[in-house]
Formats: sequence, C-alpha cells, structure tokens
Amino acid sequence: MLNAIDKHLLKTIADLHDIPQGAYNIRKNGVGISRSSTANIEIKTKEDKPGIDVIIKPGTKGESVHIPVIISAEGLNDVVYNTFDIGEGADVLIVAGCGIHNSGEGKAQHDGIHNFIVRKGARVRYVEKHYGEGNGRGERILNPQTILELEEGAYAELEMVQIKGVDSTKRYTEAKLGKEAHLLITERLLTHGNQFAESRILIELIGQDSSTQVISRSVAQEDSKQIFYPRVVGYNRCRGHVQCDSIIMDNAQIRAIPEISANHPDAQLIHEAAIGKIAGEQLIKLMSLGLSEKEAEKTILEGFLR
Amino acid sequence: MLEIKDLSLNVEGEKGSVEILHNINLTLEDNKFYVFTGPNGGGKSSLAKVIMGIYKPTQGKIFFNGRDITDLDITERAHLGIGYAFQQPPRFKGLTVEKLLQISAGNNKVVDCCNYLYDVGLCVQDYVGREVDNSLSGGELKRIEIATLLARDLKVAIYDEPEAGIDLWSFSKLIETFRNVHARQHGITIIISHQERILNLADEIILLADGTIKQQGSREYMLPLLLGDIERICPRDRMERGEDSVECNR
Repeated sequence: MLNAIDKHLLKTIADLHDIPQGAYNIRKNGVGISRSSTANIEIKTKEDKPGIDVIIKPGTKGESVHIPVIISAEGLNDVVYNTFDIGEGADVLIVAGCGIHNSGEGKAQHDGIHNFIVRKGARVRYVEKHYGEGNGRGERILNPQTILELEEGAYAELEMVQIKGVDSTKRYTEAKLGKEAHLLITERLLTHGNQFAESRILIELIGQDSSTQVISRSVAQEDSKQIFYPRVVGYNRCRGHVQCDSIIMDNAQIRAIPEISANHPDAQLIHEAAIGKIAGEQLIKLMSLGLSEKEAEKTILEGFLR
Repeated sequence: MLEIKDLSLNVEGEKGSVEILHNINLTLEDNKFYVFTGPNGGGKSSLAKVIMGIYKPTQGKIFFNGRDITDLDITERAHLGIGYAFQQPPRFKGLTVEKLLQISAGNNKVVDCCNYLYDVGLCVQDYVGREVDNSLSGGELKRIEIATLLARDLKVAIYDEPEAGIDLWSFSKLIETFRNVHARQHGITIIISHQERILNLADEIILLADGTIKQQGSREYMLPLLLGDIERICPRDRMERGEDSVECNR
C-alpha cells in the first residue's frame, strides 16, 4: 500500500517510518488510504466536502494524531477541509504535513484548510511540515490555511516548517484568542531557485490577558521571493510580540510588512523585523575552526532554521 | 615555529589607505608563551588576524614550520592548527554551545564539553544546550569563545584580550587554564593583553605600538620596563590627560 516514495515522504514530513501509533489518517493523491481512531480521538469523513473531522474528547492527555498527506501524481489539485475539535482540558500533539513527489510536467497542488477549536483550558501542539521533490518540471504548490479559535485559557503552539522543494506557497493563518488564551507560532521557511512564498498571519487578541508570540525565521536563496504580512490586533488588555528575521542571499527578494494595531489602552504590542545577509564575522569564526566557507554557511543556516 | 618576515598591512579607510602594520619581523618558537601588549590601535589584533589569515598582508611573508603560508586561507590555516579567539566574538542564532564546541573539536570526534566549559568556569548543565545568541552576556560569550580554542588541538593558539568582560573571580581560574593548556598543547600560545597577571605568564613579551614592534624580550626584561616606564607607551608630549582620569589595568 505504501511504496518507497510514499515512505520517504512520510518520513520527511511526519518523521514516520511506517503506519503510526495512535490516531491517524493518511491521505494519498486526494483520497484517504488508511485511518485509525482511538477511544479518545475520533476521525470521521466530512459529509459535505472533502476532508475529515478530528474530535478529541475532553481531558484527553498525552495522545497524538498524525494526518500526513502525500502526493505522488502530477496534474492533481487536492483541496481538503479538516476540522479539529480539541475538548476541554485536553493536551495533544497533532502532526500534519504534506510531501509532494512530482516527477511529471503538470503541477501538483495541495490546499489544506484546517479549522481548530481549542476548547477551554485545552493545549495543542500542531506541527506542519511541507516538502517537495521530484525531477519533473511540474510545479509543486502548497497553499495551507489555518484558522484557530482559542477559548478561555486555551494554549496552542503552531510549528510550521517549509524547508525544501515547494515552488509556490501562499500561507494564511488566522486566530481569535479568548480570555487568557496563548498562541505561539514559529515559522521556518527556506526558498531557493525561482520559488515564491507568502505568509499572511492575522491574530486577534479579543479576551482579557490573551497573548501571542510569532517567531518567523526565513532564508531566501538564489532568485526566490518571500513576503510576510504578520498582523496582531489587540482589543483588550493583552500582549503580542512579532519577530520576523530573515537571511537574504544571492539575488533573492524579501519583503516583511508587520502590522500591530491596538484598540485598547492596555494592549502591549511589539514587532521586530530584520533582513540581512550572513555576517562576515560569523563565517570567519567558523572557518577559523576549520570549516570551509560553504560548510560555515550551511552551519549558520541550519542553526538559524532549527 | 612561526616566522613573520618584513610584514606590512595597509587597509582602505575613509581617508584612503592606512598603514596598520609596518615592517614586522618576528620569530615565535614552539612551547613558548607570548604576550602581545601595547596601546589600543597599536596593531596587536591586526597582527593576530594576519596570522589567522583573516587579513592578507600587503607585503611580507609568514612561514609556519618552514612552510610559506602567506597565501593560505583561514580554513587551510585552521587545518594546520592555528586558532584565534576573537576579541568580540560573533553570536549565532540557533547554534548551541555544544554544536559550536563539536565543530571546534572536529565533527568526527567525541567532544568533551564538560572539561572545556569547566576550564572557562561555566557549568556544563547550564550552558551546553544554550544558544550562542543575544541571551548570553558579554562575559559568557567570551568564555565560550575561549572554550572553542581549548577544544582544538592547536599548534598556535591566539587569544585576543580574553580577560575583557570576565569577572575577577573567574579571571584567576582562566589564568590557571591558560597555563595548563599551554603546557598540554606543546605549541605557541599568544595572548593579547594588558593585564599584569597575564603578562606574568609570558616567556616573552612583545610591545606593539603604531604598527611596529617597539620592544621585545623576556618577561624578566620587559616587565620592569612596561610597569615602570609608562612613557614608552604613552609619551608625555602626546598625553593630554592625567593618568587618574582613565581606568588603568596595570
């Protein structure tokens, strides 16, 4: 059922060597091919559109859900709607991600639209890795949307990584935070060749003492282009911190347009954005430890995107 | 043995070319401990960077154990066993202390972080997983910088003002470390410093000012000159302020 290419993609995006333990749903070339629910985590097919509902019972702790998507066919435009309902007081890990192996001429596209409701006091860590490969000229496109609603005291951590091989990506992330909710987003992005990446984030701090931190690190190489639009809007006593840090190389272009907007006198919002090349001193230091210039550059980038 | 012959260094500044080092001739022998001292801007760090290959000399040659290394780049000199601890070490986002020490030791070796960090007075549990970024204080960064040299098997180890930013308590520990490492590595140790306690470690002291070697000799010969006769470093006719208006390390 899973061939060598599938297994390689699964390992890269979800760190899975085979069928995972616990709840999972594996989607390949636009159809679900394997699924397992557990006593606390139910996965069911949506009735009105393609996609799944993942329902996590209140109080479920220490369990994980894997929902990788693999695409190895060209000419496919896979749109999927997934809804996650994380019950009160639950504490779970969700590993998503999409790997595309396109060795053809036609494009392969996956648009994952994910809706999260993180109920009162629940905690979720969501990891999403995107990866593309294949020798064909066909484009590999990923346009994920992540929409979150965090209830009172809820905590969500989003780790979104796109390291290689995705030709075009338009990422949209939106979140509404209730009282004392906290959202941490870490984004890691590397583009090369003629790739294009856009990331829009809108976080609305609605409840009192809600808080968010966005840490975006990116590297743009060769002729690639990146655009970032992180926005944090405060409607109450709240705290928000956005950090966009980019390394630019070769002929790449990066634009970062952060926005913070306060609608309450006790909203404390900060943004920092920096774009620059690798510091010469860093290269010299690592070369003086015996690394070649190329190895030094690789070490600095790996650390930066860690 | 490291030999520097007729070496000059010019750098391009805002007002044109400036001579930083002028006609330096110096022979440094194995198993010896050298201290480069002298006023700020005298050329100490520049000479160290020329030895490491960071600056290319405008004129002159550098020989290492008889081999002309003038045209070797930084990496090639590192492979020969030359190391330089920066006066102001760079910071790296995401790179851990452990990874940096692993690179220093060589990626195919098992790195013993415990001993190297202990030698610079840092607790392994607290620091090994830390990132070498802005979260470290200047003193912590300097000590990690020194540890990156301790982790290597060096023939020429150059430390550029290692005491800067390090508190008095850790300083004694560091003096001890320099003494031990020098005894262990059987190479050439060079420390750029103004500290009397470091000057006291030296077999030979080299006084650099205005880009030239003003004086050199054994510690016994040089120390009384340096400590007794400040005029050699700061001639009276160029002094505009009294000694009590500056922080003095002597």
